[in-house]
Amino acid sequence: MTIKEIQSQIIEEFSMFDDWMDRYALLIEMGKECPIIDDQYRNDQYLINGCQSRVWLHAELKEGKVYYTADSDAVITKGIIYLLIKVFSGQTPQDILAADLSFLDEIGLKEHLSPTRSNGLLSMLKQMLLYAEALSGNA
Amino acid sequence: MDLNEIRRQFPVLDQQVYGKPLVYLDNAATTQKPLCVIDRERDYYLHENCNIHRGVHYLSQMATEAYEQARRTVARFINAKESHEIVFTRGTTESLNLLATSFGTESGKWKVENSPLSTLHSPLKVLVTAMEHHSNLVPWQQMVQRCGGTLLVAPMDDRGVLDLQAYEELLKQEPTIVAIAHVSNTLATVNPIKEMIRMAHQYGALAVIDGAQSIAHIPVDVQELDCDFFVFSGHKMYAPMGIGCLYGKTEWLEQLPPYQFGGEMVDRVSFERTTFNKLPFKFEAGTPNVGAALGLETAIHFIESLDRREVAAHEETLLRAAIDRLSAIEGMRFIGEAPERSGLVSFIIDGIHPYDLGTIIDKMGVAVRTGHHCAEPVMTRFGIPGTVRASFALYNTLDEVETFVKAVNRAATMLR
Repeated sequence: MTIKEIQSQIIEEFSMFDDWMDRYALLIEMGKECPIIDDQYRNDQYLINGCQSRVWLHAELKEGKVYYTADSDAVITKGIIYLLIKVFSGQTPQDILAADLSFLDEIGLKEHLSPTRSNGLLSMLKQMLLYAEALSGNA
Repeated sequence: MDLNEIRRQFPVLDQQVYGKPLVYLDNAATTQKPLCVIDRERDYYLHENCNIHRGVHYLSQMATEAYEQARRTVARFINAKESHEIVFTRGTTESLNLLATSFGTESGKWKVENSPLSTLHSPLKVLVTAMEHHSNLVPWQQMVQRCGGTLLVAPMDDRGVLDLQAYEELLKQEPTIVAIAHVSNTLATVNPIKEMIRMAHQYGALAVIDGAQSIAHIPVDVQELDCDFFVFSGHKMYAPMGIGCLYGKTEWLEQLPPYQFGGEMVDRVSFERTTFNKLPFKFEAGTPNVGAALGLETAIHFIESLDRREVAAHEETLLRAAIDRLSAIEGMRFIGEAPERSGLVSFIIDGIHPYDLGTIIDKMGVAVRTGHHCAEPVMTRFGIPGTVRASFALYNTLDEVETFVKAVNRAATMLR
């Protein structure tokens, strides 16, 4: 699936719920499904420090595609990580760098990527794009 | 004490967030401002605005007089002996930076010979406690690092109570200064500062008290406490942001070198040398925040217009109700269980990250603080990433406490 198709799927999944509580319940559920980093990468080298929550991120290139794994100590942060990884992982660096992220706005979670939240997510997104850029040289 | 009448004076409280009535429990970060304070600052800019201490003209003299009257009001509020012992600053953090910078000037040259300062212990050692806010820690830490001094840390127990025996042992190492929070901003502990000040003096140390979290809740008498310095912020006591105070005993303030230079803080200036103005102007370089100082004076009048014992009893009721209701929640762990607490309750729930809890209850209209509250060493001490902190002001109600606890309960259910 393309990035655009995955995003549409996520928007559809969230649009089933009108109530914010149900949307957060879904996000929390996604977060709980997300122990998605290998223990060897859950260390300071891969740590992105937010003031409120911490995020670990690792990326590697396989057959021209970037595969991300990540984790956080906060479950809502993890839920957003789950979404970002679902969208980006397994895509080419070029597609990742060209992607539009307005889907987070459409599902009402954009505030989590605000610099004032200091939850590490914005830095993580920047880091994901930096990985894609670095790995695009090897593609 | 008519709570409805009081709340009418705080229009900001009467609003909805995400379609829910706002429950504002982040008062330890900043309190809301009553209309009288807002009006006072507005009136100043409408009718009185002028630079002070300079002009011979009518407006300037009026503004200067109002500003100096505000200083006298602050002096009376904390019972300083002289109004020149009150230095206006931007807040607690700047007050502490002023002290750390002045004491740290040129590695010990503050020890003017034949002055009272020359009797103090050197080299510079500063004794802080394990529960300090970064603002009462980092300025001292950086100062001793700059001057080749030492930072000593008085430990606390698992309840968040300082170990006075260990404190006394550290005093035997002859610190120059001890810097102590009156009330901890994360643990709510009310420290026995009167006794700690007495002990500090017994061992020849000066005592600096960080009153940021006490000033709105506990009447302060600096002469009775006998502290050498007392610092606080206006914005945590219903006054505007950008104004705060440093109280210091005359004998110390007179000897300490200035902190910033320029503006009204000089006496005579030539290209070769400058002599400095008298107290308190020596420490007030540049144009001060006159409007905010007048707002602070009005905030003091507001606090004094209420029965302070009644207010304290009301805040105590809110705190006890919150603690009581929260303790019924499964996995509840309070961070800070000192017998004497004031103003706030800090906690975590097993298996739930404070950030997640704060995010969910925010959606229910409840404003609390999550994170390390600018006291990272405290979090490290308790081995936690942060806490959820609910802090109270005189306008909060028992209904709000109830809404808050229900929100925490619902969020905990969602997050488990």
